[in-house]
Amino acid sequence: MIILGMYILIFAIAALIWAIVGAPFVKKDPFTALKTVTFGDESAIRSNRFASVISVISIFVIWGSFTGSTLIPSFLHVPGPFQGDTGFTYEATAPDGTKDTGTVRALAHPVGAVVELPSLDDLEESGFAKNFATTIPAYRASTIIAGKLLEDRKVQKITSINGIPIAPEGAVDIENGQVRMNAKGSLTFEPEQGMQMAEQFLPAPEKVGKRFISLIFDGYQNVTLFEHLGLSLFRVLVGFLLGCLVGIPLGYAMGLNGWFRGWFDPIVEFMRPVPPLALIPLIIIWLGIWETGKISLLFLAALWIMAIAARSGVSGVRISKVHAAYSLGASKWQILKNVIVPNSLPDIFTGARVAMGVCWGTVVAAELVAAQKGAGKMIIEASKFSLTDIVIVGILLIGVVGFGIDILMRILEKWLIPWKGKG
Amino acid sequence: MSGLQIDDISMRFDLPNGSHVQALQNVSLDLKNGELMSVLGPSGCGKTTLLNIVAGFLKQTSGKIVLNDKQVVGPSADRGMVFQQGALFEWMSVRKNVSFGPDMKGMPKAQSNEIVEHLLDVVGLQDFKDKAVYELSGGMQQRVALARCLANDPDVILMDEPLGALDALTREKMQGLVLKLWKETGKTIILITHSVEEALLLGERLLVMAPRPGRIHKEYRLPFAEMGVGADLREVKKHPDYNTTREEILAMIWDMEEEIMGRTEESAA
Repeated sequence: MIILGMYILIFAIAALIWAIVGAPFVKKDPFTALKTVTFGDESAIRSNRFASVISVISIFVIWGSFTGSTLIPSFLHVPGPFQGDTGFTYEATAPDGTKDTGTVRALAHPVGAVVELPSLDDLEESGFAKNFATTIPAYRASTIIAGKLLEDRKVQKITSINGIPIAPEGAVDIENGQVRMNAKGSLTFEPEQGMQMAEQFLPAPEKVGKRFISLIFDGYQNVTLFEHLGLSLFRVLVGFLLGCLVGIPLGYAMGLNGWFRGWFDPIVEFMRPVPPLALIPLIIIWLGIWETGKISLLFLAALWIMAIAARSGVSGVRISKVHAAYSLGASKWQILKNVIVPNSLPDIFTGARVAMGVCWGTVVAAELVAAQKGAGKMIIEASKFSLTDIVIVGILLIGVVGFGIDILMRILEKWLIPWKGKG
Repeated sequence: MSGLQIDDISMRFDLPNGSHVQALQNVSLDLKNGELMSVLGPSGCGKTTLLNIVAGFLKQTSGKIVLNDKQVVGPSADRGMVFQQGALFEWMSVRKNVSFGPDMKGMPKAQSNEIVEHLLDVVGLQDFKDKAVYELSGGMQQRVALARCLANDPDVILMDEPLGALDALTREKMQGLVLKLWKETGKTIILITHSVEEALLLGERLLVMAPRPGRIHKEYRLPFAEMGVGADLREVKKHPDYNTTREEILAMIWDMEEEIMGRTEESAA
């Protein structure tokens, strides 16, 4: 909630600053600059690159600020967990009404650090309430059982903390933390957690970066990052190509022949809305968890998309082109090769882009379920050990690869079918 | 007997609801080789249906079509077609579009190149031969379509509103080009148009068709096409006969349109 609020605040402040000082940096093309109506004229809207840059930076700043990242100055950090020496005094009462006080000293330290217990030597030990020292790692609490503080916990009771009365199941806020008392009279001291996130929930950006480099060189569980990603990509490519190899001719046949269309229409129309993920259990039962299973799944994911794309590519051919080709003396085979196939390529390419996206999503999900290697396998395995940095590296790379595939397909499309949308 | 004989063609479309549309009724025509005929008529008079039957894309319900003593049974390279627009192959360059017919026949490259170069000269697209067709303006695209059709050396050229999508100035230029190509190549041409002026200028013979059922209403033999070859078409339009014929045909088509409107109003009431 706080993060969302901060994000909206950054958005609003950046927009405000831009509105006040940004105008000189705007490079409008000369024609747009002359338009008086821009609200509602979509063609006059240009993506503000400045906003894109701030958007990405602010995500990293928020990330860094909530993880205490060393990459950003510390005044941008939200309060972290309390660290250092702290403690409290307590008062205990014996059945006969005598009271005694004791001191608890605690050292809150970073996770994993080796520290010594705080010294109690300067304190005088007298009466039935004893002094006590403890160390508490960040984000943790320390439970101090009553028997460690009182000579006879059966009869003596702790009644106040730092002078504030406390009862079983009650709590007292003190400086740097909170002391709670359970039903049996034991105390739990929890230093202030702050607003930063513990590493097992969200590691700092630099830790994720470090992990990324170690994954490249050393890998995780003896498999390097490129092996994981490469294997996922390999599965996608093989499944996708097999899907094209069967799907495109099938689509052409359905577009050109009534028997084929009638025969395959119910199958294609039924299979198309079935999410490939829903097939995973059946695929595992039939083909097991090895490569055959995963590649078959991706083949099925690509098959229907490509068949439908090829079919609509054939249906989309303008009849006057076919007529023109016939009256220029072309045979059926020549028309297929020179008119129908090139005319359907834009549709097929659109289908291929969709299919690649679906395949990439499906392979990751399939690897989450069952795999030995692969991007999905890497993150699910890491999540079992709370290695959140690996999970985040994995998610970021899965996104980058998916985006890269789409960009690559767009470049290929521009290069291979420059006539798209110009017929 | 050479030329194109359209012999008592009727075309009837049965509709799913049991009724039917008589698109053409007993249409007969006789075109000598090298004649240029324009066909005019209100929408629904069956002129495009007639053209599609001659091209071989549709099968008439009765009657027959004979081209140079051979009965027409389907599309073939002896009847070339020029469409309104969008019939070019945008995945091919201008040159490839024009050489499509010869390439399909398997003509040797050297020979087809010669034809293509010549035709590109004729239609004035020599400088654009390696461009993609979608880079060309509408008028230039129709020049490509004409050249592509001529490259195949058909006996008859069927034009389905070839200039309908062009702006007025380009259209006038293209009308001149059609006349020039007609005279130079001596092809038989059937040209369908919505424009009375175009039909007058380009029709050595002008056929006015009437709707419901589609039939020949009246035929004219006109001198303007001959006059227009190589001349300024605007001069031709100043000819007194041109204006009187135009008014006559316009009145005729107006009457037909009114009749259609009246009939639909009646049936609506």
